[in-house]
This record gives sequence, C-alpha cells and structure tokens, in this order.
Amino acid sequence: MTALLFLIFAAIAIFCGISLVVQTHPVASALSLIGVMGSLAVLYLLLGGEFIAAAQVIVYAGAIMVLFVFVIMLLNAGAETPTFQASSFVKYLGIFLLVAFLGLISFIIQAALPKTEGVVFGGFQGTTADVGRKLFTSYLLPFEVVSVLILIALVGAIVLARKEV
Amino acid sequence: MPNAVPLSWYLILSAILFGLGVAGFIFRRNIITVFMSIELMLNAVNLTFVTFSYQFKQVDGHIYSFFVMVVAAAEAAVGLAIILTVFKNRGTLMIDDVNSMKY
Repeated sequence: MTALLFLIFAAIAIFCGISLVVQTHPVASALSLIGVMGSLAVLYLLLGGEFIAAAQVIVYAGAIMVLFVFVIMLLNAGAETPTFQASSFVKYLGIFLLVAFLGLISFIIQAALPKTEGVVFGGFQGTTADVGRKLFTSYLLPFEVVSVLILIALVGAIVLARKEV
Repeated sequence: MPNAVPLSWYLILSAILFGLGVAGFIFRRNIITVFMSIELMLNAVNLTFVTFSYQFKQVDGHIYSFFVMVVAAAEAAVGLAIILTVFKNRGTLMIDDVNSMKY
C-alpha cells in the first residue's frame, strides 16, 4: 500500500513538474506547481511528517501560491512568446541530454546508497509535539533569527512596492 | 508488490524534481515562471530533508524544511515586490528585455 501510494503521487509530482517547465502561460505553471506541492504533502505524510505536510499545504500551496497567482493576475501576464526559434534537433537533443543526466543521477544515488530496510507508513512518526518541543529548545535561536528575517522581508516588500512620493 | 519503499526512490524523486527546476530556471523567459522554478527546487530539497529525517528517526529534518519554507515565504514576498517594480519601470516580464546591466 505504501509503495502504491508512493508511486501514484511521485508520478503526479513528476508529471506536474514537467508541466510546470513546458507550459507557456504562467497561470498554468502556477497550477502545476500547486499539484507538485499537494503530492509532496502526501509523500511527507507517508514519511511521518504530519506537521510539515500541514505546513506544506497551508503555507506553500495556500499562502505563497496565492501570492504568485495574485501577482500574475495583477500584471496581466500573458503567454510567453519565444524570442528565438530553436531548431527541433536542438530541442530533442536538449530533452535527451536532460533525461540522460537525470538517469545518471538516479543511477548514482541507487548505487551509492547503502541498503536500508526502506520506508513503511508508520515506521516513524514525527509528531507535531516532537517538532514543537525541539523547535523551542534546541532550535530556539534559529527560530528567533528567522522571525527577524520575516520582519526584514516584510519591511523590504513594503518599501519596494510602495508608490513613490 | 513489496510494501516498503526503498529510501533511494525518494531521493531519486527529489533529484528529478530539482533537475526539472533547474531546467525551468534556465529555459523559461518569463520572470514569474523562473521564480516558480526556484520554488520547485526548494520543494525538492525539502523532500530530501524529510526523507533523511525518516531514516535517522529524528525530527531535525522537519525543522530544517520548516525553516526552508519560512525563507521561501520571505523570498516570495520580496521577489514578487521586485518583479512588480521591474514591471512598473520597464513594462515587461521577459528577462531577455531586462538586460541593461549587460552592456
């Protein structure tokens, strides 16, 4: 069952990732990215990361992608027009080289990784309580630093996007 | 069909998604799509963190990917504000047309 779920959602993730790269309209790319994030959230659940799966759906697919779609709509971004015509030979060579490169990386990972017992659902539960306890004890300083980072980003976004006076 | 999924499958999926993100970053000409490719790469890295978190039975990987999400949110806010400013000044979203630093 775990393997079946993994295969289904990995296929959806890869399909949506390819769609993100080949679509010319930004809204179609954004919807593909939401598909990738949703299927990755299911994979996080299979790996026992319940908190990170919820954060993935709420923060990434919810907040960040809404921001993206909002900017696409605001700027009225249309379909991308190609600036130069690549020959079909170059295109097919590029696709072939990309697939060969990814296949090589997959082979290296497969060969270099020591044999482990594999992932089963429920083999490890990183519960929200565990994550919170560690976040507020061992990782307290990075947590505070990251809140300052968010504040800087907030101020920076407002300064960049305000009307010139 | 075996029930357990090998750990390497997760890492291979992560590598494939990262490679697709790099390809989109290089080949796309629309600045918003380039930005979304960066988000795809960050997601691929998060999957690796959570996978190793499972392997070592520690929640540290979850916390790292949480931080990656926070940085991605900050980056999206600032980056989209920069895109808005670029569009306001130049009236285009194509990165080929924003090349006055090149000459």
